[in-house]
Amino acid sequence: MNLESIPLQAFLIVSSALFCIGIWGLLNSRNAVRVLMSIELMLNAVNINLMAFSSYVDNNLIQGQVFTIFVITVAAAEAAVGLAILLSLYRNRVTVDMESFNLLKW
Amino acid sequence: MSIAITTQFICFTVLSLVVIIGALGVVLLESIVYSAFLLGGVFMSVAGLYLLLNASFVAAAQVLVYVGAVNVLIIFAIMLVNKKEDLKPINDIKSRRVISTSICLTLLSLLIRVDLTNVWSLSTPQNSIGEESTIRIGEHLFSDYLLPFEVASVLLLMAMIGAIVLARRDVMSKDISTGLPVDQELIEKSSEPLLTNKN
Repeated sequence: MNLESIPLQAFLIVSSALFCIGIWGLLNSRNAVRVLMSIELMLNAVNINLMAFSSYVDNNLIQGQVFTIFVITVAAAEAAVGLAILLSLYRNRVTVDMESFNLLKW
Repeated sequence: MSIAITTQFICFTVLSLVVIIGALGVVLLESIVYSAFLLGGVFMSVAGLYLLLNASFVAAAQVLVYVGAVNVLIIFAIMLVNKKEDLKPINDIKSRRVISTSICLTLLSLLIRVDLTNVWSLSTPQNSIGEESTIRIGEHLFSDYLLPFEVASVLLLMAMIGAIVLARRDVMSKDISTGLPVDQELIEKSSEPLLTNKN
């Protein structure tokens, strides 16, 4: 192992921590906008993972960076559609409280 | 340890601390506006981590797309739905918090254990592409990843149309079944202005 640079494990630990913070926020937020922010945090954690592996394991073909570009594209589309759904939901229910969106609860 | 390596370590430590503390602030702060701006800081620090990994193009794309588009979109959404409301208290909130926190900590410990115990087959830094990564990404996008590239453009078009259709305020002039003119008050539900400060 190359001791003269940042180890791969450091990047992996940062992305694991970021992913778990995102899951915590997803489970515990009452505000729907914050839920969308938590999803963005989780997508960023996945991106850090892909970039670290593409730089340390596959540093000639860097396919992980191409995957990161696609993940960023899908995240932008997801944010746009998610916020549009949020707006129409707010227009119908006049609230953004996640506990009040219980139409599909069994 | 040369001075370049030391600088790299200092940059990595500062950036990862900003990422972790900023993410904790995003999920824990009371005010949603502070959360949105902290999220922008987290995105910028992630772009800095990409720069440490020799990926200047992806760092630029991160800044442009996440900070420039997604974060601004989130701030606009906060402006549109920012109404002070008293949330109803949940009676079993404490047990929920305990269960979700323990699940997250368990997952975190499992992930860190995998990170530290697995033996990664690292490649040699001799054949590293280094700063040429933008050229290599372009070659990938127009040769072996051409189909996903085109599908991504179709996906962006679909997302754009879908967002417009979902967020549009439908104004029907006459009812479809009866033919009578529709009372517009019933459609425009938000009768009170959203951004008034009541004091």
